[in-house]
Amino acid sequence: MEIVPLGDSALIVRVREQFEDAPEETQDQVLQTFRQLRSAAIPGVIELAPAYTSVAVFCDPVDVAKASGTASDIFDWLATRIGAATVPKRRGSRRSAPRTVEIPVCYDPEFAPDLEEVARHAQISTEQVVELHSAAGYRVACIGFVPGFPFMAGLPKKLATPRRSNPRKEIPPGAVGIGGAQTGIYPLRSPGGWNLIGRTPLRLFDPSKNPPALLHAGDRVGFRAIKREEFESLKQ
Amino acid sequence: MTAIIQRAGFLTSVQDLGRTSFREFGVSLSGALYPFAMRVANLLVGNHESEAGLEITLGGLQLHFQDERIVAWCGGEFDVLIGAAPLPAGHTALVRSGEELKFGRAQIGCRAWLAVSGGVDVPIVLGSRSTDLRANFGGFDGRALRDGDVISLGEWPGSSAFAKATADKPTTAKVISSWTAPHDWVSPAKPNPILRFVRGMDWTRFDAATLQRLPSEPFTVSPDSDRMGVRLTGPELARADNVDLISEAVAPGTVQVPPSGQPILLLGDCQTIGGYPKIAHVITVDLGIAAQLRAGDRVRFSEVSLGDAHRLLLQRERALERFRIGLSLRSP
Repeated sequence: MEIVPLGDSALIVRVREQFEDAPEETQDQVLQTFRQLRSAAIPGVIELAPAYTSVAVFCDPVDVAKASGTASDIFDWLATRIGAATVPKRRGSRRSAPRTVEIPVCYDPEFAPDLEEVARHAQISTEQVVELHSAAGYRVACIGFVPGFPFMAGLPKKLATPRRSNPRKEIPPGAVGIGGAQTGIYPLRSPGGWNLIGRTPLRLFDPSKNPPALLHAGDRVGFRAIKREEFESLKQ
Repeated sequence: MTAIIQRAGFLTSVQDLGRTSFREFGVSLSGALYPFAMRVANLLVGNHESEAGLEITLGGLQLHFQDERIVAWCGGEFDVLIGAAPLPAGHTALVRSGEELKFGRAQIGCRAWLAVSGGVDVPIVLGSRSTDLRANFGGFDGRALRDGDVISLGEWPGSSAFAKATADKPTTAKVISSWTAPHDWVSPAKPNPILRFVRGMDWTRFDAATLQRLPSEPFTVSPDSDRMGVRLTGPELARADNVDLISEAVAPGTVQVPPSGQPILLLGDCQTIGGYPKIAHVITVDLGIAAQLRAGDRVRFSEVSLGDAHRLLLQRERALERFRIGLSLRSP
């Protein structure tokens, strides 16, 4: 584990150097660190945010100085507290099971302008793309880019498709895309360069709810192919 | 009570000190791009420092008041008028019902933060009144203000020392405080500014020439800068390695370098994670200068230690504490 400053009011706790070589193990470690830091409630820490291999810790140095009684070694004091709070637990120690969320997706052509491109790249039929995409199990590595956007690992290798060379200026909410080796869902109208292969009627981000995001880091996700009628009825 | 936005200007939005605690769900900080200025302006009008105010970009705001309020602003060099009377930055003034407050164009810098006694009353969304202009929620209908909008102002007891002391003045007289907050708090914009930075975690991924260039050569602010970040053009910042980085957290102040080699200085609306190498971070006390940069400005960088960045921040906070105590003893 490595703790490095992210400017003067945040730091990054990097749990592992790599992600791709062991995604499951890395995510478990990141989430464990995230939970340990949350329950440690270190004074001056404002919030925590997990990413692929790291947890970011945002703090108010003024509050840290008050709590620590030191004005000169704020980073060292925090790093020591973080180190003490994140002692690795023995294998088999209590670990909450990740949630499993099913996302209904309509893969109809009107929602899937890049389905043929993904199929061409994988040298399979569009039906096979849908089959592969909806049969695989995924896990949310982190939420970012825009509020509620899940970066998900677990895309079948065959479906990995490079991002579009010309990003779209506007992508509708609910669009399901493939970007490189990842799949994700656009929660809000936004620009984006991923290949769009379907759309979910579910709302991925709702600021009137707490938590505001449908998916959280660590969630297991499955896609269920639905017909247009079900899309419309779920959209209500 | 309410105030009418007669003219919204280039970009005016409701902001407080920002939206924390939801970064794990990808929610940006938002908020006043220089929260310290919003805090000072709020203290000047007798508000709690976390009340919502208005962030004005490049000027042009015209605000019509429908009841009596105390106002103050901090920011770039703007000509601000209440009726025909100028209101300099960092001074406190009484605005009477029916009067207008106008922001002219910025001479230096580009943003100002206006506090009104009682605060701007918009619903709290995810713990903040700030407008998230990218995701379109919070603030006033999740968007920038437009001509004709009517904003609600919070309850205000009207009993601050300033209001009491001005109660017997004739209604024709302009009542503006003679005292002010420290100049560099209320007017953080400077021509040819220098931004102090601490090294980013990817500092050593850049080549030796680049590491010399960053603190020695000037950069120019590009026109496609916004609340997400200031895009800079200048000498190319070149990597010494070509390792693909794994996306992780970024923060306001982060200076990231995309493959073009032209750095982007992130501001309050920046996304929560990014995959570009982080060469540096502008220190918190200099975010006020960063938030004033506009197209064509030339800016330089100067390195400080992390310890110095913290020392400067704590010094400023102690000075604010003294200022807060001093304010409670003042009258106009």
